[in-house]
Amino acid sequence: MATIVETRNLRVEYRAQDSGTGKKVALKGLNLKVEAGEVFGFLGPNGAGKTTTMNVLLGFVNATDGAAFLFGVDVREPIARQRIGYLPELTYYYKFLTAEELLRFYARIFGIPRAQADRRIDQLLKLVELEPARRRPIKSYSKGMQQRVGLAQALINNPDLLILDEPTSGLDPLGRMKVREIIQRLKQEGKTVFFSSHELGEVETVCDRVAIINQGELNVEGRVADLVARHHANLEQIFLNIIGYQPQPAV
Amino acid sequence: MNIVMALAGVVIKEMYRRKDFYVLFVLTVVMTLLMWGMNFFDDTMIVGHIKEIALLLIWISALVIAIGTAARQIPAEREARTIFPLLAKPVSRGQVMLGKFIGCWLACGLALAVFYVFFGVLSGSREHLWPVLQWLKVFSLQWAMLGIVVSLVLLGSVVFSAPSANATICFVVVLGILLLGGHLNHVAAQQPQPLGTVIYAVYFLIPHLEWYDVRDLIIYDQNWLRWVDCGLAVLYAAVYSGLLLVAAWLVFRRKALNT
Repeated sequence: MATIVETRNLRVEYRAQDSGTGKKVALKGLNLKVEAGEVFGFLGPNGAGKTTTMNVLLGFVNATDGAAFLFGVDVREPIARQRIGYLPELTYYYKFLTAEELLRFYARIFGIPRAQADRRIDQLLKLVELEPARRRPIKSYSKGMQQRVGLAQALINNPDLLILDEPTSGLDPLGRMKVREIIQRLKQEGKTVFFSSHELGEVETVCDRVAIINQGELNVEGRVADLVARHHANLEQIFLNIIGYQPQPAV
Repeated sequence: MNIVMALAGVVIKEMYRRKDFYVLFVLTVVMTLLMWGMNFFDDTMIVGHIKEIALLLIWISALVIAIGTAARQIPAEREARTIFPLLAKPVSRGQVMLGKFIGCWLACGLALAVFYVFFGVLSGSREHLWPVLQWLKVFSLQWAMLGIVVSLVLLGSVVFSAPSANATICFVVVLGILLLGGHLNHVAAQQPQPLGTVIYAVYFLIPHLEWYDVRDLIIYDQNWLRWVDCGLAVLYAAVYSGLLLVAAWLVFRRKALNT
């Protein structure tokens, strides 16, 4: 099976904001592999290094040491991102554009021919149920609608790898279900999905494999079913044990 | 190039969907038309004076549009976090910078063209003279000068994170060059060493934006500017714009962007 996402001894250091002189180590030699066709859940508490890992994979931040690859191409090369779709946690789009214009802009960036782009835009707006609002500026959309535009832009190039950063955050139950359905559909089409989430029930439902990181280090990696069987617990309990959560005694 | 032009297209759309340009254009039109209908002190040179004021308004409006548009590009992308879905596509930071520059420069050119069409119609209707080639020379020089301004502001926008701070600093620098740039060599000659040398270095280092201010050419119908001089001035502007853009790209490519 082809490796789609790979990190080798990935280390990222930041200048600490508070001390002024010290360094904060966000990732301490992270090794990860995601194979083609997998839905891979990337879990960890806040500040564990999930977002930093995604930032390195997407080329926003350079690694201090080690390397990261998408489809075998170093992530520092823009071409590594030709076959990926990225959905950020919150919607960050040009609010003065309409959904149709935004999708056309991203289609041009991917070099999709005009006729093909038109077809793709129609399909995606139908998929995310924004067909009636396609010519309205994004600034007039509700949060759920903006998140759906985000999903549409992430799929504009028919990506082989989808990187989702907490894709259901801020969505109502119906919106969450729709996102889950889309992830399942992509999996059936043989796409690879790499996503971070705090919704462990959701992760358990849709993911083939998960990795749990804490304080910049990989603590656990494996198939969801194997982890559940090995620990005799559900994913949430496993996660809490791994990050060392101790329940406080009742006062 | 497709990526760069796509990015430029978004900048142009942003300009014509914002109110800045319309407000400045309407102000210029209203002020010029009000003065056009008046006759101060039976001055025979009144048309020339009003043309001077109209061109000054066009200069100020063009600078406000250029600096305002360019100053918010990168900081607004970072603040609204639109830079992240953009850079998650196969787009390099160099392409982002070039796309922003071309977008801002074309947007300024479009705005400037609208202002000059208004000026031309007004001036031609009163004087029944249509020195279109001279207008074209003045337009092309001013547009080339705006290229330097846009690239300077884009460099500022990757150094200073707040668009307002960047816009203010760039406005002061551009006005300083326009008003004082041409006199720095005279000032340097009167200063003791090493201050004189420092001022001379500044004189030779800064882009001389004041060279592009040839408003007299169309106000008093002087035909002293040759096309070859125009070409050389445009080349000078292209070199300075290029150097400033490379500097902006070098700063931007090293910037860590944390979501």
